[in-house]
Amino acid sequence: MELFETWGLTVTVFLPVVGAVLLGFIKRDNEDSLKRTALLFAVLAFICSIVVVVAFDFGGTPYNTYQFEVNETWIGAINANYHVGVDGISLPLLVLSTFVMVLAVVYSWNHWEEPKNPKAFLILMLILATGMNGTFVALDLVLFFIFFEIVLLPMYFMIGIWGDKSPRKVPGFSKVFETRLYASIKFFLFTLFGSAFMLLGFLALYFESGDHGERTFDITQLTDLGASGAFAGWSVAGWVFAAMFLGFAVKVPMWPLHTWLPDAHTAAPTVGSVLLAAILLKLGSYGFIRISLPILPDEAVAWAPWIAILAVIGIIYGSLACLAQTDMKRLIAFSSVGHMGFVMLGIATMTDIGINASVIGMVAHGLITGLLFFLAGSMSHRYHTREMARLGGNIKLMPVIGGILAFTAMASLGLPGLAGFWGEFMSLVASYNPLEGLSLGVFRTSMVLGAIGTVLTAGYMLWMLQRVNLGEPNAEWDDHEFHDADRFELAAWVPLIVLIVVIGFYPKVIFNSTTDAVTSMVEMVFGTDTTTASLTTTVKGG
Amino acid sequence: MITAINHLAILAAEEGGHVEITAGDGGFWGETAWIMLVLPFVAFLAILAFGKRLKNQGGEIAVAALAINLVWAGALFLLNMTEGVLDTSHTFEIGRIGGNLVFELGWTLDGLAIMMYFLVNFVGLLVFIYALGYMKGDVRLPWFFAAFSLFAGAMLVLVAAPNLVQLIIGWEGVGLASYFLIGFYWEDLENVKAGNKAFMVNKVADVGLILGAVILGVTLGSFDFAVLDLAAVEHNEALGAVAVVAGALLFFGAMGKSAQFPLHIWLPDAMAGPTPVSALMHAATMVTAGVYLMARTFPLYQNFLVESVRPWMVAIGAITLFAIGLLALVANDIKKVLAYSTVSQLGYMMTAVAAGGYTAGLFHLFTHAFFKALLFLGAGSVIHAVHSNDMTDMGGLRKHMPTTFWTFIIGSAALAGIFPLAGFWSKDEILAVLNYEGYVAVMWIAVAGAFVTAFYMTRCVALTFFGTYKGHAHPHESPRIMAWPLIGLAIPSVLFGLFNIPGVDWPGISNFTTWLGVRVAPMGDHHPESIEITLAIIGSVAAILGVVLGWLIWGKDRDTQRERDWFKVPALYPLLRGKYYLDDVAMGIVGGTMGPVARFVNWTNTYIFDGIVNAVGGATKYLGGWVYNGLDQRGVDGVFNGLSAAADSAGSSLRKLQTGKVQQYASGFVAGALILVLLFVFVI
Repeated sequence: MELFETWGLTVTVFLPVVGAVLLGFIKRDNEDSLKRTALLFAVLAFICSIVVVVAFDFGGTPYNTYQFEVNETWIGAINANYHVGVDGISLPLLVLSTFVMVLAVVYSWNHWEEPKNPKAFLILMLILATGMNGTFVALDLVLFFIFFEIVLLPMYFMIGIWGDKSPRKVPGFSKVFETRLYASIKFFLFTLFGSAFMLLGFLALYFESGDHGERTFDITQLTDLGASGAFAGWSVAGWVFAAMFLGFAVKVPMWPLHTWLPDAHTAAPTVGSVLLAAILLKLGSYGFIRISLPILPDEAVAWAPWIAILAVIGIIYGSLACLAQTDMKRLIAFSSVGHMGFVMLGIATMTDIGINASVIGMVAHGLITGLLFFLAGSMSHRYHTREMARLGGNIKLMPVIGGILAFTAMASLGLPGLAGFWGEFMSLVASYNPLEGLSLGVFRTSMVLGAIGTVLTAGYMLWMLQRVNLGEPNAEWDDHEFHDADRFELAAWVPLIVLIVVIGFYPKVIFNSTTDAVTSMVEMVFGTDTTTASLTTTVKGG
Repeated sequence: MITAINHLAILAAEEGGHVEITAGDGGFWGETAWIMLVLPFVAFLAILAFGKRLKNQGGEIAVAALAINLVWAGALFLLNMTEGVLDTSHTFEIGRIGGNLVFELGWTLDGLAIMMYFLVNFVGLLVFIYALGYMKGDVRLPWFFAAFSLFAGAMLVLVAAPNLVQLIIGWEGVGLASYFLIGFYWEDLENVKAGNKAFMVNKVADVGLILGAVILGVTLGSFDFAVLDLAAVEHNEALGAVAVVAGALLFFGAMGKSAQFPLHIWLPDAMAGPTPVSALMHAATMVTAGVYLMARTFPLYQNFLVESVRPWMVAIGAITLFAIGLLALVANDIKKVLAYSTVSQLGYMMTAVAAGGYTAGLFHLFTHAFFKALLFLGAGSVIHAVHSNDMTDMGGLRKHMPTTFWTFIIGSAALAGIFPLAGFWSKDEILAVLNYEGYVAVMWIAVAGAFVTAFYMTRCVALTFFGTYKGHAHPHESPRIMAWPLIGLAIPSVLFGLFNIPGVDWPGISNFTTWLGVRVAPMGDHHPESIEITLAIIGSVAAILGVVLGWLIWGKDRDTQRERDWFKVPALYPLLRGKYYLDDVAMGIVGGTMGPVARFVNWTNTYIFDGIVNAVGGATKYLGGWVYNGLDQRGVDGVFNGLSAAADSAGSSLRKLQTGKVQQYASGFVAGALILVLLFVFVI
């Protein structure tokens, strides 16, 4: 166990990439061994993360203390270290990441999109896994940045090579592009654009930290500095926050930096969409919580109303855009803009309730939207179209897939009792009473608009069900034989369904991990215990 | 597992026994009442898993679950009748944020909750049994019974809720089941749209419920009803500051579920679901959830909002009970008649609770559940026999289906408020409360509503059961499995009004008022000491007038009931037939604005936000070309190489992607970052 204390996270992070290397030695046409090896390593990484959970001390250690911590000198010249660790905030996300990866490999088993080539695809997936896992445990800005960027390449190739080949007319260009090319390049450049600024922000922090001791990229040290107010009088702190904001906001994505997302999601192969929705988007919101807030708390507070406004615009805008979609996958993609709006609204309140809301919102969105993309993929695999006008009566043709789609749509619209509810509800709770000093006008308006957003969300989800699932099937499918969900699909989906229900009825599985870390973070960083300050508990009887 | 005793009980005890606590705690039945909440969900899963293989397609599982539930509900109901059950709630924590924000699930044991347990399980069981016969041979039976069980479970979660969060979970759960069952015949998109309408109207109202809950929860630091009650009774200042807003928001939520004007528009459309669904959900139980919520949070309204929010609530309830009742006069679909009637009766309940008549409103909720479920099941029996919903296809059915006829007569009379049936007593109590609380004008509206109720029910009975049969099927009495539930509901429709005769304290079981919990927690509402004869007579005269007038119009001249043109008053008749055009206006506004707005948003996405992105991409590519050809080739190197490479790779990558030369990106990226770093370091 002691060995695991030091090596656990490293193994969790790098097992997949080891798997990827091994896959390189397996012959391309030996599909079975390729798949088994990939699955083995994905499962091993998942098991490691579960061991981390089991051995994790949920005893309420103060913020900025990490478990399974490793801190080794890496690039001495710039004082960049191999520093990894988990706390209650990153733990659920790490498990989500390893977990969804296993399901993605299982699902891939017999779902290869053209041009197939399982070997290359699996290698990319495993590299992606390392990048995602790594981002959630990195405690050094350089390390974080590298993991954050590693993720880009495999996803870029997944979209660009296995993506949608239909032609796409881009307004303002005479040339017609292939959808996958347009989408993949847009995704890559957009994210890179944000990352460049983010890196800039990291470097600025590095140099500035020199004024308070040795220059460092270390997140824990920078957090200590930030929380103690060392960066308070820093003249360019606002710009630094803005630079990091760009990097994270593109990834989330926040309105109006979201336009890469519908294209990337729609064009990506099924597994790509799933991973993109389930994990990649969370890298951005996680960055806000882990880096922006604790290190530059004053700037975060100053920016909070703007973040809230953008988040709420995202909720309303994303939902309205969904109502105009004709492509099922694109509709689901746009729904992410709205849902991540709730996650960001929670963060913007800078309270323990809000940040807890955002973490459970991230997990829920990962499970639910991931499942929706699985379903959309399986359906377009069968119908060879995603146009909702041509679908309809799906539940009659494929009762199992249709039933799961109905369930997931309900989860996505935030039905209480399912996972999606808590993040939305608690974001609204937090918005009613944001961190002391934040504009009540802005946040309470956000609360009302956010609540209205849930109505729009229900609207487009029901409308999607009406067009896709219900009614009589379109006459063009009369002669088609459809096979309902196969065992690989079910193996990938059922665990998601179970978790959506379990978290819905017992959100403690997430809060148990997050609440102490978040509460002590808010105390440490913003200097107030917001819950107790704003809530006066009356007698609890008995 | 924590046991919390309702603070009102503590308060009552502390204040030196204004009220003597004589109640028990429900004992074994109270401890294990969670079984009622769990069983329907177990049934739901079991039916989905292997309902198909069973003889009744899973119906037996659904019935068994509710039968077992009824044992618990019945035991608790009896305990509460005889010795009373103390206000307690059993809860367990499902989530905790920081020190104070706690989410809990659990079950409440007090008069109100126990009354609802009994109601839901008793009516539910009879309707489920009825459905075994009614739905026989229909499509997707396992799904029907599964969704029906899901409803029962969610409804019990709702009424058992010790806090607002659990209430919301149950609240939206029943909404979900309602959506599923309204759209049960989803091959027809009209039914799907009816389900969508129900869900969406309720979702709009739920904004009120959720925001109200948020405000109360944050203000009090707890979502518990017990905490809310205590704060209200103690006139807590923080609560007082938000009471008006929170109370109005909660009421808005209640308006949706309990179909109050103008949010009632979903309920008539909800009749698209199978008739047992209409009986149980859209008449007897689910739609009363809003009234239930107003009762659950009664102390908030009673202590803070008597002057501010309540008059509005009474007004909305009064409009609902009268104006929507009128619509039942012109409907030809027998289920629509009953649906409008339900809306109207919900108006009565809401008016009563809003006026301060806690017991009166809930008593009407209680009696109404039996006779309205009975009427719906009777209508279902008729529809089953004649294969049509349209009353103009019926007539003369009393000879063909005597059981249905007589039970329907009982239900109609109870609904119309004919002495001494259940509806008479509960309606009379509402009139008394309105009178006592000073809402005299509203009381007269309620009297007029009683007239209208009797009037349209007489029309309904006359068109359906009297005259000559005008349809084409061969009507027959329904099988016993459907007839017995009718009788099972007819008995309480006759008798249960006697439970709350003002001033009467039945030996051993006391009365409904006491069951609701005055043993432990006085709600501060008015309980008349004895029956008010004047009001009883006024109400009865109105009802009898309605019956007589209805009979004069539709009962006589039985064969030509169709041609009642002289009744069709110009202007008024089209207005009523058009449902006051509310549906058209609402749908017109939603349909007319949402589509264009959504398309506009999508347009901005494609042409503005994406347009900017594409323009930047295009411009960069152009710039790259210009830099490369114009500058780089003329010998400028250094950092500009990097810039050029970045820009060029961005542009040319469209071509080169398939060759996978990602190193170009990498170099561009590194170079670009380098420039920025250098700029940064040197500039700052």
